[in-house]
Amino acid sequence: MTSSIQLNRLRFISMALFVGAVLVSATPSMAAGESKAPLSPGFSFEGPFGTYDRGELQRGFQVYQEVCSACHALKYLAFRNLPRIGFSEDQVKAIAAQYEVTDGPDSEGEMFQRPAVLADYMPSPFDNDNAARATNNGALPPDLSLIVKARVGSANYLYSLLVGYEDPPADVELGDGMSFNPYFSGGQIAMPAPLLEDGVEYADGTVASVNQMARDVTTFLTWVAEPEMEARKGMGAKVMIFLVLLTVLLYLVKRKVWRDLH
Amino acid sequence: MSSPGSGNRIVQWIEYRLPIFSWLDHSVGSGYPAPRNLNYLWNMGSLAGIALVIQIITGIVLAMHYVPHGSMAFDSVEHIMRNVNYGWLIRYIHSNGASMFFLVVYIHIFRGLYYGSYKYPRELLWWVGLAIMLLMMATAFMGYVLPWGQMSFWGATVITNLFSAIPLIGEPIVTWLWGGFAVDSPTLQRFFSLHYLLPFVIAGIVIIHIWALHTHGSNNPTGIDVRGPQDTIPFHPYYTVKDLLGMGVFLTFFAYWVFYNPNYLGHPDNYIPANPLQTPPHIVPEWYLLPFYAILRAIPDKLGGVIAMGAAIGVLFLIPWLDTSRVRAATFRPIYKQFYWILLADILILGWIGANPPEGYFILIGQLATTYYFLHFLIIMPFVGWFETPRQLPESIASSVLEKGGGGAAGKEAV
Repeated sequence: MTSSIQLNRLRFISMALFVGAVLVSATPSMAAGESKAPLSPGFSFEGPFGTYDRGELQRGFQVYQEVCSACHALKYLAFRNLPRIGFSEDQVKAIAAQYEVTDGPDSEGEMFQRPAVLADYMPSPFDNDNAARATNNGALPPDLSLIVKARVGSANYLYSLLVGYEDPPADVELGDGMSFNPYFSGGQIAMPAPLLEDGVEYADGTVASVNQMARDVTTFLTWVAEPEMEARKGMGAKVMIFLVLLTVLLYLVKRKVWRDLH
Repeated sequence: MSSPGSGNRIVQWIEYRLPIFSWLDHSVGSGYPAPRNLNYLWNMGSLAGIALVIQIITGIVLAMHYVPHGSMAFDSVEHIMRNVNYGWLIRYIHSNGASMFFLVVYIHIFRGLYYGSYKYPRELLWWVGLAIMLLMMATAFMGYVLPWGQMSFWGATVITNLFSAIPLIGEPIVTWLWGGFAVDSPTLQRFFSLHYLLPFVIAGIVIIHIWALHTHGSNNPTGIDVRGPQDTIPFHPYYTVKDLLGMGVFLTFFAYWVFYNPNYLGHPDNYIPANPLQTPPHIVPEWYLLPFYAILRAIPDKLGGVIAMGAAIGVLFLIPWLDTSRVRAATFRPIYKQFYWILLADILILGWIGANPPEGYFILIGQLATTYYFLHFLIIMPFVGWFETPRQLPESIASSVLEKGGGGAAGKEAV
């Protein structure tokens, strides 16, 4: 029938327009102020059954402690969370004891310093944002607790940023104290390349290449941003199986109830 | 009418004093006849009801842990995500639930648009439905502000600033809405209060929606009226079981987002705490508001944009009269049907434009798509209705079903 053929054609055209529109909008552009599309190195926690690699998590924590924590806070991470990345309670107590936190006021009304305990949160490297800016050329190092969720491209972006430092192209003039990183919006970033070959010495003997450290700390920071991910995916599998079975049963019931009508 | 369990003495005792069982039977039971040919698009109403209940239940639990204060809101959401038992589950159900609610409601509206469900005698049913949609938008917008991230804060700033377009009294109104001279804690606290209130207003209006629905019953895929008992089947068990099946599919789809992609429908910037001194490069609303956002920005003038956006929804109130066709369902309207799909594509394009910055060719496409949106309702709808020759309508709902069923058994049944 002509009208239905026309209709199908129109429907096709309108859907094609829409799909085309989506594709155009998804095509990465490289205009000024934009950034390079991030790499996809593949992570242990990707996919519906992905879990965090415990080795990467612990090494990543070491990279955070020895490198990132000089400038970046991790204010939503408490020491009591650390057993979940595979440390024993004694190890975590020892880790916490390395940090000093301000407590008080005591009975004299004075604030005092004491070693951190499990209930404490990771102390910030700076007392306040202004102090952080003052020692970082005016730039504020962001808290890293949610950094993976707070950036387009998530873990891939963070990894790419960490490994992506390079010499600026000839036509780019860097600002004072800035570094060039094509994955950063606009290309100029206030953070100098944080990871250097063998910048940390891994206790488990893993070679501390820049790529390895970037992978480890990205996995660790993804865990800090989404500590519930393993529980979520695990529960998700059970919920999905339950719901699919329920839906199949409901389909059979529906067919049985409706049979006498058709 | 024999109610379920009418032989039960306790049921009889209650029924005599409070006829709740016969009321239920007439609402969703065997005492409520529904057209026998409703397709799966008619599942969306009950799914919207389920989505509303899920939002209210998860929202009440979240409100037990959330702190509506500028300096504590963001932290309290992270507290829910990290320290509250299954807080992440409740919050992800609630945040994705908003999208699921809008999805089924939009399909519900487009179903009504296709099958002419807004036409006589269901004009008020349509109006009440649109009122629910408007309340949903207000509720969702204020809910999105509560986590107090960057997109929360700047979204609130942009949307409340729209009122400043009103001549003379615009600025005082915005100050009054904010409870101060900028979006701040007082704004957040009143949004929280209203975000808690409005879902119950929606629930009340849903009751009016169902009341109006049950006055003339559901429309159906043929758009022709029910002519007798042969055209209907009891709501229970036929549509209760069909709605349950739809619920199974819906919850499975819903669970995918909650468990495997919980942040996809949100914006990464909302995991950055609100900062009044730093404007995000692109301020975008949630996906369900994007087409309206595109219409707002299609007009270069602020007041004009606000009027256009209001008119985009306002025009929907007029379509029972803008649609001049005698025939309800687009199925039997060869020309209108094509314009229907073009309109759908147009609205999807508007959504795409709304997600992109207003620059370059996006501006022109947005303006063309906005123009077409109004052209569809104000010009195409009335004129096609006048000039189009509809196809032959089926004799009755029953005959349409039995012809389509096609089998010999069905033929015999018809005889």
